[in-house]
Amino acid sequence: MNFDLSKEHLMLQEMYRKFTENEVKPLAEEIDEEERFPVETVEKLARYGFLGIPFPKEYGGAGADNLAYAMAVEELSKACGTTGVIVSAHTSLCAAPIYEWGTEEQKQQYLVPLAKGEKLGAFGLTEPNAGTDAAGQQTRAVLEGDHYVLNGSKIFITNASNADVFIIMAMTDKAQGTRGISAFIVEREFPGFSVGKKEKKMGIRGSATCELIMEDCIVPKENLLGKEGQGFKIAMKTLDGGRIGIASQALGLAQGSLDETVKYVKERKQFGRSIAKFQNTQFQLADMDTRTEAARLLVYKAARAKDAKVPYSKEAAMAKLFAAEAAMEVTTKAVQLHGGYGYTREYGVERMMRDAKITEIYEGTSEVQRMVISASLLK
Amino acid sequence: MNIVVCIKQVPDTNEVKLDPKTGTLIRDGVPSIINPDDKAGLEAALVLKDKFDAKVTVLTMGPPQADKALREALAMGADEAILLTDRKFAGADTWATSMTLASAIRKLDYDLIIAGRQAIDGDTAQVGPQIAEKLGLPQVSYVKELDRDGEHLFITREFEDRAHKIKVKMPCLITTLAELNAPRYMSVEGIMDAYREKEIVTWTRDDIEIDEEALGLKGSPTRVKKSFTKAVKAPGKKYDVDAAQAAQIILDNLKEKYII
Repeated sequence: MNFDLSKEHLMLQEMYRKFTENEVKPLAEEIDEEERFPVETVEKLARYGFLGIPFPKEYGGAGADNLAYAMAVEELSKACGTTGVIVSAHTSLCAAPIYEWGTEEQKQQYLVPLAKGEKLGAFGLTEPNAGTDAAGQQTRAVLEGDHYVLNGSKIFITNASNADVFIIMAMTDKAQGTRGISAFIVEREFPGFSVGKKEKKMGIRGSATCELIMEDCIVPKENLLGKEGQGFKIAMKTLDGGRIGIASQALGLAQGSLDETVKYVKERKQFGRSIAKFQNTQFQLADMDTRTEAARLLVYKAARAKDAKVPYSKEAAMAKLFAAEAAMEVTTKAVQLHGGYGYTREYGVERMMRDAKITEIYEGTSEVQRMVISASLLK
Repeated sequence: MNIVVCIKQVPDTNEVKLDPKTGTLIRDGVPSIINPDDKAGLEAALVLKDKFDAKVTVLTMGPPQADKALREALAMGADEAILLTDRKFAGADTWATSMTLASAIRKLDYDLIIAGRQAIDGDTAQVGPQIAEKLGLPQVSYVKELDRDGEHLFITREFEDRAHKIKVKMPCLITTLAELNAPRYMSVEGIMDAYREKEIVTWTRDDIEIDEEALGLKGSPTRVKKSFTKAVKAPGKKYDVDAAQAAQIILDNLKEKYII
């Protein structure tokens, strides 16, 4: 058993860190404050290969693996949870299902520009009445000759404001229940497709989370992803992979807030000495570090399992459950150790705490992760 | 167009520890980077490659760990990397280093050789110019701006108080300043290629034609008596005066500092 990173992973980590320090961190506060999607960062992410990390080069990717991808989301999220989720949603929820389920033509047409970062991706499953109960899809797709006609709406769609390509779930046969759901590759420019209102959120405020509206939206027949009726399976498998990305985001937020706290407690003086000298501070830091490192091991293990092409659904659920809760706990302690300053927007840890909360909710709530994990025990 | 970029792996700090006996560097335990002036040289080469489709070969002389600096150069976009490594090269001063590097470069096709102005761990600024001398090439040091037209380079050569605009015909050697550009990051794909697809070519003493006596400590006429961190130099003061007044000002200043 080997816990060491390979030389290429170490060099990737070094590059991710430098990039994050110079290109991501300086914008984190501003894009949160202004609720602005960081278009300029996305261009740079594309240039250096962040938007196609785990995909083979023949499909425009960087030819790296899921561990390299998880580490990228982790490092970006250390400074900015928004940037982390932009990469995660694009990679795991849009490019990955095309890579795993798409035809060769679909891969050439959509995966290549997505992996190169020429196009940005998003994923639409959630509806106003279909959240955790994803089977309750009301969006319909009806085949009419050489195209499907989609009607319905999706909510809480990450990257929606700027995405060019969307993976959309819709019912093709209501009578079949979950087996009546199909997946489609939908372009922003398709007739009848539009992006609706943008949510005002607690955290990840630079990430544009919007509604999608399909009114007689025309989708060519060849844009069906997988087969008719495979949509639910595709969505669930896609979310398994997505959980590694979100777990990495949570891990990054935990580590980022811990790093800020270590710096702060050494500088901050009370009662004539730095607060790092107090045992309470030391014990809190020890707990924060231990939780973060345990999360890292679970996240890397899940990524490794996906790379090894063995089942990783439970590993991804554990990684996301644990990392999300660790992120919430560690960022909350980070704010506490920063005291009154931590509650202000000056130090960034309150932003990380706000960002952390969503990791317990999206791409399967912590309760859903517990269902997935326990189901594997009780089957 | 073939470009050879000479780089050096240096400790990521100006706080260099030295072996008190030999006066050479102790590299253990200090994170290593590509010397900043050299990295600007590499970026300059990569910009020329982007514009004119050049082949960029990076060359370094160093211990086997210098492999990492070469991988980084490959990950930024260099095409080939050569590591000159041999125990016999150890302890080389700038003379022996430039002799060794020049011997290696003789084996390569080149139109342009780029070296960083100077290394942050030695600050000599001698290796680049010495390579040019040994290869009998024209050289332009302290390059702050660079462009190419056909077989000529158009260069701004930076001085403390002025600059030269120079047109130079290739083949030639230039030394670059960190201020020349902002080096690109490594790319994800570049890093994967650097480890999985590209190879570092290793040359030892036997791969180059050079006199045994010219190598390493033996081939180094320099003896380091003492190393120290350079004090920050205050900006100079300019006087627009005649000779007599100038002499008086110098006199007063020297007296003020108790030099005379």
